[in-house]
Amino acid sequence: MSAPATTREGDVRTRAGSAVGGGWRSVTAYWLTLYRRIWKSTVISSVLAPLLYLAGMGYGLGAIIDAPGRTAVPGVAYVGFVATGLVAAQTMMTSVAETTYNVFGAIKWQRTYHAMLASPLRVVDLVRGHVAYLALRLLMVSTAFALVALALGAMRGPAALLTIPIAVLGGLAFGLPVYAYTAGTASDEGFNMLNRFVIMPLFLFSGTFFPISQLPQVLEWLAWASPLTHAITLTRAVGLGSPAPLPVEGWQAALHLAYLLAWAIGGYVFGVRRLRRRMVV
Amino acid sequence: MALIEAAGLRKAFGDFVAVDGIDLQISAGESFGFLGPNGAGKTSTMRMIGCTSPVGGGTLRVLGMDPTTQAAQIKARLGVVPQQDALDEELTVAQNLAVFGRYFGISRAELYRKSGPLLQFAQLTEKAGAKVDTLSGGMKRRLTIARALINDPSILLLDEPTTGLDPQARHILWDRLFRLKREGVTLVLTIHYMDEAEQLCDRLVVMDHGRIVAHGSPRELIRTYASREVLEVRFDVPDHAQKAADVDGLADRVEVLADRLLLYTHDGDAALDALTDRGVHPQSTLVRRASLEDVFLRLTGRSLVE
Repeated sequence: MSAPATTREGDVRTRAGSAVGGGWRSVTAYWLTLYRRIWKSTVISSVLAPLLYLAGMGYGLGAIIDAPGRTAVPGVAYVGFVATGLVAAQTMMTSVAETTYNVFGAIKWQRTYHAMLASPLRVVDLVRGHVAYLALRLLMVSTAFALVALALGAMRGPAALLTIPIAVLGGLAFGLPVYAYTAGTASDEGFNMLNRFVIMPLFLFSGTFFPISQLPQVLEWLAWASPLTHAITLTRAVGLGSPAPLPVEGWQAALHLAYLLAWAIGGYVFGVRRLRRRMVV
Repeated sequence: MALIEAAGLRKAFGDFVAVDGIDLQISAGESFGFLGPNGAGKTSTMRMIGCTSPVGGGTLRVLGMDPTTQAAQIKARLGVVPQQDALDEELTVAQNLAVFGRYFGISRAELYRKSGPLLQFAQLTEKAGAKVDTLSGGMKRRLTIARALINDPSILLLDEPTTGLDPQARHILWDRLFRLKREGVTLVLTIHYMDEAEQLCDRLVVMDHGRIVAHGSPRELIRTYASREVLEVRFDVPDHAQKAADVDGLADRVEVLADRLLLYTHDGDAALDALTDRGVHPQSTLVRRASLEDVFLRLTGRSLVE
């Protein structure tokens, strides 16, 4: 048989079938072990918070916005509008939370990544393991939210369950680029800036609470750069019952998905590259 | 067969040459030490052997394999105790072992079977359910060693295993390392403390500025580079260099340090008598056996622990 193929800088790719060590699954298992210890506190930030937004904005504000017999967004109750926005917005928030401090800590504070790389694990295993963990976390929060929103009638119809995979992909479109940023950053100072000046504005201006058509033309175009805008366009197309009041054509849907995939895949590629440059010296 | 073989091994970070062409042969069952001050290139060498740092030049073989192409296979058979513990403070002692074992692809059942004896070895059985951040420094260090043994490694790499520990914790740790050595585990250590090197290492190399400046057993090195005994004398003067003339001719060699003079001789008491006969009365004196510290001073002109 041929010798194991090698990649750059001492990172080793073994032949299929001759895998050494626990691979990316053992990395996912690590993050889940850690999560099991803190899950209660994350329930508040990643499940309760979006529900509070839904209650406050959707029902509270919605009561003012929608007049009887006439909704601000034609054919869509405001609570439904907000629910289909929040399902994707919350995975963005969770995703960023899961790829900043705890990844930085694994590199610099707790040095978990150093310990992992002393075992047969490779840099790509570290990234893949974290991505799998992240996808699971996003699946948890978006499922919980979607089910509650369905039960409350804020989202409607079986197709609304499709908001879950869309929200997961939308979350990865943020999480992976942020992971790449974290993998290479020298200090944790940027995380606050990232949250205040990137994530928070995107949360507000990607169509979560109002249609981006309300924005000045320039900002509206800018809002289309945000992956969240694309994720929300898709969740609104499937989450508001049938016939869809805010439908998306098949080819448009494909473009939205492609845009999200491009961010996720790009983030992954850069994440591996930056982490390798950081860890393998 | 040598478990670790290096020829002309190099490592540079930008313009800084950390390891400047070293040759090594470490055999199975040996306890081998790298001795040197901070920045001597010990850790860089260890990281290349541990396949976490790419070889910068020359050749390196670990367990007969090439770290550039077979890192994962090599690492599967190494145990690594890094300078910083890199434990998960939020997890319990037992969880730390379990999580780490999974990285090696060890099954849950096997991990369960292994963790008992390992915790016993690390004297942490009672602490199995305790969170790591409640442990003392010595306990954390022992857990790091237990963790490094989870895959029954052929070689255990330890980077300054006792640095930062109090004397009692150091002695417990030595005891554990002795036990591993007796069981035939090949130990490769970097060491800061001389007494440790003398007790733990069958063979060692002294490194300075990325080069090996001497190698041999502790006894050989002391015989070659120091004398049998050392007479230390202290005077109540700001600069001991001005007292060098007082001891001239009393020893094979005199080393002037900031706070004392070291007289290298085969008979320290005789040298002290001769000094007294000259009418020189130091503030304090000490006759001791020569140590690796003296070897290091001789080879590099600097003391090891600054």
